[in-house]
Amino acid sequence: MSVAAQAVDGVGSLAPAAAGETPRFFRRLLRRPLAVACLVYLAIVVGIAIFAPIVLPGVASEQAGDLLSVQKGPSWHHLLGTDTLGRDVLDRLLVGARPTLLGVAEALIVVVLLGIPFGLAAGYLGGRVDRSVGFVADLAFSIPGIVLVLMVLSVYPGSMLAGMCTLGILMAPSLMRVVRSATLPVREELYIAAARVSGLSRSYIVSRHVLPRVSGPIIVQTSLVAATALVVQTGLSFLNLLVSAPAPSWGGMIADGANVVVVQSWLIWPPGVVITLTVLALGLLGDTVRDTSAETWSAALHRSTPRRAASALPASPLRPAAAPRTSDSLLALEDLSVSFATARGVVRVVEGVSFEIRAGESVGIVGESGCGKTVTALSILGLLPANGDVAEGRILFGGRDLTGLPQRELARLRGKEIGFISQEPMVSLNPVLRVGTQLAEYLRLHQGLSRREARRQTIELLRRVHLPDPELTAMRYPHELSGGMAQRVAIARALAGEPRLLIADEPTTALDVTVQAEILDLLRELQRDRGTTILIVTHDWGVIADLCDRAVVMYAGQVVERGDIEPIFVDPLHPYTEALLASNPHNFPEAERLPTIPGSVPRPGSWPTGCHFNPRCTYATDACRAAAIQLTRTGNGREVRCNRYDRECVEA
Amino acid sequence: MVSDERLAASTLGRGTAYGRAATAPFRKLRAFLYRHPFVLVPLRRLLLAVPLLFVVSSLSFVLVSLTPGDAAREILGINATPEEYAQLRRSLGLNLPLYDQYWNWLRHAFEGNLGASFLSGEKVTQVIGSGLPVTLSLILLAVVVVAVLGVGLGVFSAVRGGVAGRLVDAASMLGFAIPAFWLGLILIVVFAVKLNWFPAIGYVPLTQSATEWIRSLTLPVLALAIGGVAGVARQTREAMLDALNSEYIRMARANGLPPRSLYFRHALKNASIPVVTQLGLLTIALLGGTVLVENVFALQGLGRLVVGATTQHDLPVVQGIAVVFTLIVVVVNLLVDLAYTLLNPRVRA
Repeated sequence: MSVAAQAVDGVGSLAPAAAGETPRFFRRLLRRPLAVACLVYLAIVVGIAIFAPIVLPGVASEQAGDLLSVQKGPSWHHLLGTDTLGRDVLDRLLVGARPTLLGVAEALIVVVLLGIPFGLAAGYLGGRVDRSVGFVADLAFSIPGIVLVLMVLSVYPGSMLAGMCTLGILMAPSLMRVVRSATLPVREELYIAAARVSGLSRSYIVSRHVLPRVSGPIIVQTSLVAATALVVQTGLSFLNLLVSAPAPSWGGMIADGANVVVVQSWLIWPPGVVITLTVLALGLLGDTVRDTSAETWSAALHRSTPRRAASALPASPLRPAAAPRTSDSLLALEDLSVSFATARGVVRVVEGVSFEIRAGESVGIVGESGCGKTVTALSILGLLPANGDVAEGRILFGGRDLTGLPQRELARLRGKEIGFISQEPMVSLNPVLRVGTQLAEYLRLHQGLSRREARRQTIELLRRVHLPDPELTAMRYPHELSGGMAQRVAIARALAGEPRLLIADEPTTALDVTVQAEILDLLRELQRDRGTTILIVTHDWGVIADLCDRAVVMYAGQVVERGDIEPIFVDPLHPYTEALLASNPHNFPEAERLPTIPGSVPRPGSWPTGCHFNPRCTYATDACRAAAIQLTRTGNGREVRCNRYDRECVEA
Repeated sequence: MVSDERLAASTLGRGTAYGRAATAPFRKLRAFLYRHPFVLVPLRRLLLAVPLLFVVSSLSFVLVSLTPGDAAREILGINATPEEYAQLRRSLGLNLPLYDQYWNWLRHAFEGNLGASFLSGEKVTQVIGSGLPVTLSLILLAVVVVAVLGVGLGVFSAVRGGVAGRLVDAASMLGFAIPAFWLGLILIVVFAVKLNWFPAIGYVPLTQSATEWIRSLTLPVLALAIGGVAGVARQTREAMLDALNSEYIRMARANGLPPRSLYFRHALKNASIPVVTQLGLLTIALLGGTVLVENVFALQGLGRLVVGATTQHDLPVVQGIAVVFTLIVVVVNLLVDLAYTLLNPRVRA
């Protein structure tokens, strides 16, 4: 039930078809064999509970069976054998289903009648109602349930209704809590607000719009409650507190078997197995319902995803111009291709990327989201997700190819040779450890410092990233820092190993504008004073202009242009660079309407033939749609992947 | 930045409830409490214990008043003379109004007197004193087994993934589904009757023999703990996977931390927060489990005593044991709250 899912729903229509969700949900559920098996089993058990006492009327009151053949194992005459009084075990098992399930039903009805209305009220109304309900729930959670039920049973001996209703009251808060927390996000949704504004009554909104949306969690929790109630019911009947002899119940049958367990252990098995299977069916049903509703939501999230199957990937036909390698390049990517194994097959996300960074230089990778910038950066550190893989090409760091290195070798490089800064400073630090403790660990690891020395160096490190009052900051937990402070700490962490290369993935995106400038100042200072080499991934031309010597423009997995930043800013060659620069807010401080690039970045796996940018390009010709375009060097030493320059400048 | 007080208020829940009418000294007290979560947290739990104990202890009085007949009739049977009946009613205090009866009980309870059994006349505190060691041994051992095995298996399956993870998932489902009392019987059949490794029933006090104590408790503790081990393993696995998939672990890895530190120092500490809560809930569930398991293994603990008292309508004993169980729950919750506060700096101001 993520915000994103709501947003997707909100786009289509104001009110997602609340009624329409439910049948779709059940269809999905019925597509899972496990769910079907559970439902069928439970239906059979319920059917037996209803009909067995009618079909076998004598069993419930049978005091004794064939006393000459007691405690016999299974035979043709008695399929499951006979009990201590010579009665047929199978008959008793079938008839005993009724009191057992009746007890569960009694508890369940109380749980549902109390849990759903109070949970909805707490979640929807909030405020004082929520707090009172929460208080009562806290109270009920702290009561040892079975003992209280026993207390009730000592006053109302043998009353299953009283006992199971008490149990229901004690279990209701668990459902109440689930309903409450499922209701909270629904209440905030747009269409609920719209319904409120349009004057629909509260009870109408809750019953028609909120309830259907929280039905998934209700089913999950109810099946768990039913499973628990079944265990308690059988337990209490095992203690002979609920069902009086001679009427059979599953728990009572285990008690009967327990009396003779030393001489004939068979008798505990049939009722025990049936109880276990029934609890298992309820539990598994809850699990599959939970999985299915999660799937329904994630399906909603990806509804816009084109379902085109990825064609088998041909070996990259492109032979880009070899990256100009100079001896002083610290990092060089050569023809790097990265692919991901997905449900739709192997999908290429980065294709033939080449660029290099000389020591002390700053290079920026720029492009829209989804162009493969971050994947490129992560592949350098060997940190691709488990389904990602470098398919082709080399990553040379200090002359060493990183693509073939085992994880252990790569781990030695991380932090020590290459530092990494992410875009979400607040979540990039461990929330339960003090800032100083975390930094000290990196210092000890990378520089082999003693505990004491590491503590001293931590303060020094925090001072170096200009955190006010480093001693105090070291004592703080991440949640006590502002976003800017947290990013400074993250930078300090990346510097702890004195790395030769710093990779910063959108280091300022999540920060306020003023803080962004401060962080950029800090990075520039590091670069100037310590000669740190920086690779920065960004979509912000301001960051590039501020910090970088050269830029690599990426679009849909490919480098479309690369070169020094001045000529790129003054005279962008690739239409995409041109469009990206044109939509840069820094260029139009006063503009009322920011120019945008029409269309969106195609997803990996559905890149167009020819130039990847051709569907959005104003200059596109048939040639652009026909065949892949090479990255070409133009006359003034610049490189671009575009047909417009291919012919003019190739000879230079 | 969020002020400390608001942060504490939001994480601890009901901070704003008392906000509006707070007078100056009260506000000072509140500020003090929010700055000292290690005072605030137990205090809240103890304050919650008051209504809790009230509900549990008064319930039986209310229930009894709703039913025909009374304890005097239960004790004397139907053949007693009206004089005898009236006299016993007086001596049991049953002729007083309900709230007086409750008040008397409460007064005595504060003096450590929980009344006497209707049946044997034995003091309830004595009955409890005889059963408590058995029940506490059972619960403590079970909690240790659950914590060690559950967390261990959970971490192992999260770190190893794949088949191990699916096995833990399946085993935890099965552990949840098998009723403890049935499992106890199976254990008796296999390990006591067939293999004769452990005694089938009975309890040997620790003071008598440590090895026999362990031997007499092994099967009951196993029966009690296996469901919990499964539940905690699953919870630990999920919490560990959550932690391992989090951004701070990715970034810690990106900056060179070795797997050992990632798993056991960074991920486990975060994962332990929900696991501790689960362990607390589980301990409370174990209290209920002891009632059944003690009956299966014929251990004369509180659970067996309370069931016996229930079948004989011996209300003072049932009530006394209910109060003791509630107190145990209060203590468990207190410990869980403190552990939670210790582990989770976001709760602390």
